[in-house]
Amino acid sequence: MKIDTISKLDKWRKECHKKQLAIKTKVLVCLGPGCLAGGSDQIYEEFLKILEKKNIDNISVESIKKTGCHGFCARGPLVVIEPQGIFYSKVKKTDVAEIIEKTLLKGELIDKLLYKDPGTGTTYTEWRKIPFYERQQKIALRNVGQIDPDAIEDYIAVGGYAALAKVLKGMRPAEVIEQLTKSGLRGRGGAGFLTGRKWATCAKAESDIRYVLCNGDEGDPGAFMDRCIMEGDPHTVLEGMIICAFAVGSTEGYIYVREEYPLAVVNLQKAIDEARNYGLLGDDILGSGLCFDVKISKGGGAFVCGESSALMKSVAGEIGEPRAKYVRSVLKGLHDKPTVLNNVESFANIPVIIEKGADWFASIGTKKSTGTKAFSLAGKIRNTGLIEVPMGITLREIIYDIGGGVLDNREFKAVQTGGPSGGCLPAAKLDLQVDFDTLTENGSMMGSGGMVVMDDQNCMVDVARYFLNFLVEESCGKCVPCREGLYQLHNLCKKICDGEATDDDLRLMEDLSRTIVSASLCGLGQSGPNPFLSTIMYFRDEYMAHIRDKKCPGGVCKSLITYRINADCDGCMACLTVCTSDAITGEKKKRHVIDEIKCNRCGACYAVCNVNAIDII
Amino acid sequence: MIIDTQSIKKVIGKSVPDRGQLIMILQNIQQEFHYLPKESIKAVSEYLNIPQSTVYSAATFYKSFSLIPRGENIIKVCKGTACHVKGADLIIDQLDAALGIRPGQTTEDMKYTIEVVNCVGACAMAPVMIVNNKYFGEVKCNRAARIAKKG
Repeated sequence: MKIDTISKLDKWRKECHKKQLAIKTKVLVCLGPGCLAGGSDQIYEEFLKILEKKNIDNISVESIKKTGCHGFCARGPLVVIEPQGIFYSKVKKTDVAEIIEKTLLKGELIDKLLYKDPGTGTTYTEWRKIPFYERQQKIALRNVGQIDPDAIEDYIAVGGYAALAKVLKGMRPAEVIEQLTKSGLRGRGGAGFLTGRKWATCAKAESDIRYVLCNGDEGDPGAFMDRCIMEGDPHTVLEGMIICAFAVGSTEGYIYVREEYPLAVVNLQKAIDEARNYGLLGDDILGSGLCFDVKISKGGGAFVCGESSALMKSVAGEIGEPRAKYVRSVLKGLHDKPTVLNNVESFANIPVIIEKGADWFASIGTKKSTGTKAFSLAGKIRNTGLIEVPMGITLREIIYDIGGGVLDNREFKAVQTGGPSGGCLPAAKLDLQVDFDTLTENGSMMGSGGMVVMDDQNCMVDVARYFLNFLVEESCGKCVPCREGLYQLHNLCKKICDGEATDDDLRLMEDLSRTIVSASLCGLGQSGPNPFLSTIMYFRDEYMAHIRDKKCPGGVCKSLITYRINADCDGCMACLTVCTSDAITGEKKKRHVIDEIKCNRCGACYAVCNVNAIDII
Repeated sequence: MIIDTQSIKKVIGKSVPDRGQLIMILQNIQQEFHYLPKESIKAVSEYLNIPQSTVYSAATFYKSFSLIPRGENIIKVCKGTACHVKGADLIIDQLDAALGIRPGQTTEDMKYTIEVVNCVGACAMAPVMIVNNKYFGEVKCNRAARIAKKG
C-alpha cells in the first residue's frame, strides 16, 4: 500500500489506532540490551508458545509485544502489562505460565515479581509510580519501550509521521528552521551546537546537492542512549531526518551506525524498507514532491569516526581521519558538499518539537539548555538504566532520587560524564545543574549522555589511566600532539599507578596537557587530557597518595597494594579456586594464606570472598 | 582453513566496483571468513582499481578487521567504563588462566579467540562478556571461564 497523500496517512493512522484499541491487554516484553542479556528473548518466545496453544479470550499472540529498552535495566528482564501498567521485574522464563494464569486470566498480581524499593520498602504495582520513572520526562525516548520497533503500524498509531505531515502540509523550509531555532535545541551528541543554526547555514549554502547525516557512532564507553533509540524507535530517527531534508533541501541521507550495534542496523534497515514501501521515503514523499532517501553506513570500530569530518570520510569509504576545519563541515562535508550532521537523539527530538511547538520545548529545561536529555546510568549505582530528564536537574537528583544511590550503600566518590572527553565530578559537585554550560564550566562536559558512578573502591588515577589508554588506542595518528602527547601522558599516568612517579612527573603532565589541548587537530586530541585534568583538579590528594605515600586509597593499583586473608576466613576454598597465580594455600574449613611473592594482585580472591575475609593493604 | 581466491572474489562481487564501497566490501569478507585473508587485499585492490596499500590502510585503521585468522569461538570482553570499574580485568585474568591466551590471541587449537571491545552499550549489566554474539551480563569472575567454554 502506498500512502501518497496526507489524507491517506490520516486514514491509515485511524485504522492503526483502532487496531491497537482492539487489543485490550498488552504485554510488553523488553528486548533492550540489558534485558536481552538476561534472556528476555526466551521470555518473549515462551509467551508466544503458550498463547499459541491456548485459546484465551481477549488475549492472543497479538497482545504480546517485543519492545526496545524500557529503561530500568537493573531490574531486567522486564515485563510490563498495559493499560494497567503492571511492572514485573527480574522475570524468568519459568514465570511466564504463572503470569498468564494469574495476571492475564484472573487479574491477580504476582507479588514476587513486583518491584520493591530497597530504600523505603514500598512495593510498586505500576511502573509510572516507581521513583526511577516518576522523575523522568520523555521526549526523545517517548516510544522506546512502548512500541514494537519492527512494526510501522505501532509508530503510526502513536502519532508517527504526523510531524512530517504537518511540515509538508503547510510549512515552508524556513519556517521549520525558525521553529527549531526558537526551540533552542542543541546537538545531543555532546558539543551542544544549536541545531537550528546548523540547518540554516546548510540551507543557505549554494550547492546542487546537500546531505543529511545521522551520527549513530555512539563510541563513548558507558553510553547507550542512541543505541536504545535506534533499536527501540527507528522510525522517529527517520522522521527527524526527513524533516531535516525538507528544511535544508536534501535528497540523500546516511545513518552511520557503529558495528558493535548489529541489532540497531537490523531495526533501522527494516524501518527504512518499510517507510520506503509505504512511500514515506523515496520519491514524492506523501505526494508533496519531496524526494529523500536514506542508506545505512556501518562503522568499522573506530572511536574517532564519531568526529564529524572523520565520520564523513568513513561514509565515503575512506579511513576516518579528521581534517582541520577551516571550513565547517556544514558547508563542505560529505563529498565536499554542504552536510547536516546530527546525533540520533537530536533527530528523535525533532518530530515532537514540530508537533508541540518551539515554545513548549523551550519551556522545558533551562534557558540556555532547553528540553530534556537522555542519560545512561551505569557503574556503581543501584538503578542502572536508561533515563530522560529535563535539563537543569541536579546530579544528586539523578544519582540518588532516580538512580537509587550508590550500589551496596558504599560511599560516593565521583561521577564520570561525557565519556573520554569528559571528566569526573566529586561529591562536592553533586548539586550542580546538569546542562551543557554548567558541566563544561566545572571541568566535565555533557557529552552524549553516559554517566558512570564510582565509589570508594575505585581509584581516580586508575580511571584517568584507563581513559588515556583508551584514547591512545583510538587516536587516528594523524597529528603529533594527540598521537605522541597522549601516549606520553598515558605513560606518565601509568608511572603514577606503578608507584614510580615523582612530583616532577605531575608537573610534566600538566604542562604536556596544555600542549595537547591547544595543538591537536580535532576534538579527540583537544579534549584528550580531560580525564587527567578533571581528576587532578578534584582528586589531587589521591594522586599525591600514589606519588608520595606509594599508596592507592581505592585499593586498585596493583603495584601499591597487597592482599591478606584475615581471621574471618571460613576456609570455603572459593578464593583458592579462582587464584590465577597459585598463591593461595589452605585446607577446607581452615584459614587460608596468600603468598605475597607469588600473588599477581589480580584481585579475583577479593571479588569472590563472601565473608569479607580479604583485606587490601 | 584454506581459502581460495574464487570464494573471496564471490564475496567481493556482491558489491559494485565503486571506491566508496571499500569498507563495505572488507566488512563482507570479514563476516564470511572471520578475518581478511592475505589474498583478499590484492583481490579488493584489483576489483576497485586502487593500490593495495590503500586497502591495507583501511584494513588496519578499523578495529573490526583482523588480518590473522580467528578462532571458532569469539569471546569478547567489554572494557567500557562501566565494565572497567566493575572488574572487567578480573574476567580477562580468569580467561587467561583458563585458556592461556591474552586479548587479541587465539588458542593453538584455533578454538577460542579473546577480544577486548571498547563498549558494547550494555553498560547497565556490567561487566559484560559476549560469546559468539550472545550477551552475558553481571559476569562474576569465577564464572567467566565456564561461560567462555560453554557459551
